[in-house]
Amino acid sequence: MEFLRPETWDEALALKAEHPDAVPVAGGTDVMVELNFDRRRPPALLDLNRVAEAARWESDGAVVRLGAAVPYARIVSELGRELPGLALAARTVGSPQIRNRGTVGGNLGSASPAGDAHPPLLAAGRGVRVEAASVRGTRMVPVDDFYLGPKRSALEPDELVRAVHVPVAGGPQQFSKVGTRNAMVISVCSFALALHPADRTVGTGIGSAAPTPRRAAEAEAFLAGELAERGLWERGGELDEAVVRRFGELAAAAASPIDDVRGSADYRRHALAVMARRTLGWCWAGYTGLPERSAA
Amino acid sequence: MTPLRTEKNLVKITTDHPHGVGTDAARPDGILKVRGEFAYSSDLWAEDMLWGTALRSPHARARIRSVDVSRALAVPGVHAVLTHEDLPGVKTYGLEIQDQPALAVDQVRHHGEPVALVAADHPETARRAAAAIAVDYEVLEPVCTEEQALDPERYGYVHAPGEYRGKASGNVLHRQRVVSGGGVTDEVRARADVVVRGTYEVGMQDQAFLGPESGLAVPAEDGGVDLYVATQWLHVDRRQMAPVLGLPEERVRITLAGVGGAFGGREDLSMQIHACLLALRTGRPVKVVYGREESFFGHVHRHPARLRYEHGATRDGRLVYVDARIVLDGGAYASSSPAVVGNAASLGVGPYVVPHVSMEALALYTNNPPCGAMRGFGAVQACFAYESQMDRLAAALGTDPVELRRLNAVEEGDALPTGQRIDSPAPVAELLRRVKALPLPPAAGADLREMPGALSNTTHGEGVVRGVGYGVGIKNVGFSEGFDDYSTARVRLEVVGGEPVALVHTAAAEVGQGGVTVHGQIARTELGVERVTIHPADTGVGSAGSTSASRQTYMTGGAVKMACEAVREELFARGRARHGWTHDDLSLAGGKVVSEAGGVLASVADLLGDDAIERTREHHHRPTQPFDPETGQGFGHVQYSFCAHRAVVDVDVELGLVKVVELAAAQDVGRAVNPGAVVGQIHGGSVQGLGLAVMEEVVTEGGRVRNPSFTDYLIPTLLDTPPQPVDVLELADPHAPYGLRGAGEAPTLSSTPAIVSAIRAATGLALRRVPVRPEHLTVRRPEEG
Repeated sequence: MEFLRPETWDEALALKAEHPDAVPVAGGTDVMVELNFDRRRPPALLDLNRVAEAARWESDGAVVRLGAAVPYARIVSELGRELPGLALAARTVGSPQIRNRGTVGGNLGSASPAGDAHPPLLAAGRGVRVEAASVRGTRMVPVDDFYLGPKRSALEPDELVRAVHVPVAGGPQQFSKVGTRNAMVISVCSFALALHPADRTVGTGIGSAAPTPRRAAEAEAFLAGELAERGLWERGGELDEAVVRRFGELAAAAASPIDDVRGSADYRRHALAVMARRTLGWCWAGYTGLPERSAA
Repeated sequence: MTPLRTEKNLVKITTDHPHGVGTDAARPDGILKVRGEFAYSSDLWAEDMLWGTALRSPHARARIRSVDVSRALAVPGVHAVLTHEDLPGVKTYGLEIQDQPALAVDQVRHHGEPVALVAADHPETARRAAAAIAVDYEVLEPVCTEEQALDPERYGYVHAPGEYRGKASGNVLHRQRVVSGGGVTDEVRARADVVVRGTYEVGMQDQAFLGPESGLAVPAEDGGVDLYVATQWLHVDRRQMAPVLGLPEERVRITLAGVGGAFGGREDLSMQIHACLLALRTGRPVKVVYGREESFFGHVHRHPARLRYEHGATRDGRLVYVDARIVLDGGAYASSSPAVVGNAASLGVGPYVVPHVSMEALALYTNNPPCGAMRGFGAVQACFAYESQMDRLAAALGTDPVELRRLNAVEEGDALPTGQRIDSPAPVAELLRRVKALPLPPAAGADLREMPGALSNTTHGEGVVRGVGYGVGIKNVGFSEGFDDYSTARVRLEVVGGEPVALVHTAAAEVGQGGVTVHGQIARTELGVERVTIHPADTGVGSAGSTSASRQTYMTGGAVKMACEAVREELFARGRARHGWTHDDLSLAGGKVVSEAGGVLASVADLLGDDAIERTREHHHRPTQPFDPETGQGFGHVQYSFCAHRAVVDVDVELGLVKVVELAAAQDVGRAVNPGAVVGQIHGGSVQGLGLAVMEEVVTEGGRVRNPSFTDYLIPTLLDTPPQPVDVLELADPHAPYGLRGAGEAPTLSSTPAIVSAIRAATGLALRRVPVRPEHLTVRRPEEG
């Protein structure tokens, strides 16, 4: 196996063009597990750890450009204000050691439906874009077009995830994940919610409950419609219990989960409805400044 | 919490020593382990060593039509490829019944059964070569369920009648009945005012030790082999290995390597024979280290069980009878199933006085993974069922569950269903009283980490309901049913650099439990020395028995005490001969021989000079008897151990997530030889029971293991581990060294039912199965009612 160690993005892209079978590796929290379990034996690894730019993020106040190799631990400590949904999700990834190594670029590269970063990226809005780079140029792939199937993404063989562009949060964001223990657990299913008051839209993301991460489009439209129709964006006030319940039902209906060793399809649907209701309660409390209601 | 020391029960210790018996003496290996510098068996290294690996069956049951190793042998770097045809001696081994092939012979009986071995100059090369071995399997329908196993005419025999080596027949591996008070007749049933019935299930738990199976075999010039390995019982490994290797036992020498946990999972052989075969074949040292996935296939698990119970009681809460049947899934090979059955049957009604008992426990052969020893050993499964029953009975009677237990609790002098009278303290009612009397923890605060789901941010208090539950259990200590599991210790006292030093040599496996600490404490107490050296455990000294059954401090600790006493007597005899001492109260303290009347008589250094005194002693516990196969009557157990728990849980009843808020325990340990280590055992055992209650299960489907990884076999993390107040009682057992009572297993029994009881209290669900999964609390509520 070849081990390629570029120093710059230009070198990295040239190497990827030359070795389209090379698997990029940053933290190694996915790739090394695959190698150790002998599930994958790529002819080459493309190590991005020397490409300094990959581990940087920058913000123009409206959009954060998050380098592919920024580890989760830094998202938690540095981006809680700009990207609160992603930071909440980052906090649930693996153990402290994994959070020190694992990256959003890795989640995108693997495109596993269980990746914790996907739901908050979907929820953060349709403006989220994956910067897919190659020697041919750079494509900005809308996050909705990125996930094609289980562990399949829109990346071309000569492309690398260079960064992901995420709008700075303009409203409350929440992330909730069910696992069968209280830490260091892979998601049984997860749900992300973001309210976007500027354009009066709602963003959602579902994890581990479909072949790909996906948004609950009907739930988004329903809630945005209800908020608009009732003038709640402007005047705040209590959310109707029936609206909360319906939102949960639509969120669950958007999933197409399976039975597996981590949980049953029925449970996943059930849990998604509960998480959707609760995250909506928390987001709405954040938006209105009203206290969180303990009924859910 | 302050341990209770009942003065009248405290055994007089020969001398007081600041690092002796009864102190929190530090572990000699503690700093190394904490700093990550301790050498575990997986760290072993030898010049020129090869790496061994096994090819394992992907099927639960199949006939092997052929094995073609030619492509594996052609891989550069491969030094040997072996199948059962290369076994020089007998082909099978086993702890109690020799039914397990060292390498599969013409058929495989479980997923992961080893079929062939490879030695190569790199572990990766060995794995590649193993993958190149072509095995032609004829896949058969596996025997997986109780119904299938009990109908061999229809579903087949796991071991064909001709090859069957167990005591029972068909697919029944072992059966034990216990009948007392004439059994449970219609007339007995008629005497009960209240009857509760329940069927319970326990999933397959794994020991989940962190150090995977590993060792290094080095071929010796005498044609034998030296094996360095992480194991639980050196001598029984050797007894099983030698016939398969075709060697006399004395040419198989075993030294204990650093053990990263055991919990019963190293009681059976794993890589021992394989590494030795490859070393003997290649003439090179061979190292074998399992990865995590292989480890799940490389050792036995806790028996999954189905338990049907019927309890009858009078209106005032006195138990009249228990009628029960416990079916344990032994998997493909016997391992220690017969002894597990014996425990389940004899301890199956719990620490209660029950006038009439009709109990049957059996283990089945199936094509599921083999099951055997795990902390609690047959008593864990039964405890979940009988404690669940006691809660149901309390509910049926409308009485307090703790008071119902206390009313029926055994005491010293009571007879168990086996007819054996408990002849040492049995403070069951007191243990329950103590955990119940503890103040309850406060309600959860606002910190997410205190919520079910913790930082996964699933609740900010929504749906969270608190519940409290209790459990108590009874566990035997030491090997039972007539087995003489003696321990040997050799102690040498000599002067090094002007100072007396004791060398303690045993074959006791230090698996993390602290035997090395305790042996040092005993030697310091008995010989009044500061410096004690613990010799590496090996087969150069007699057997120490297994590090299991809560027995090592009792048995090998007792042997060290005896050997020290013999050394001390010899030292005094020399003093008497040389100096004409007539004092009858000689003792050793601070390197001196002292007498109350005579003061300091001599220094040990002067008395010994250049001589050394060495004594070897065997410690045998009092004899026990086999249980009568039909009635289960007999003086079967050496000692009993009791622990009670109170669990406080917060359940998110909408998501089915559980946070154990507090897990309090009270346990009688007879004498805490090392109080800190005792509390550690109680904490660890309780958490292992917590794991069984809410998360730990090896999931199989058609005999195939679906979750052989720590990604999907979950064990408790720090955030799952609650504060654990521990109340330690020290009520001496007059039959045991220092009055001590084996402590390691009892806490694993009652924590599971206490936690499930608390979850029931929070949810109102019946919960007949462990581990309790989120879906059992929400969308799928199996077997309610």
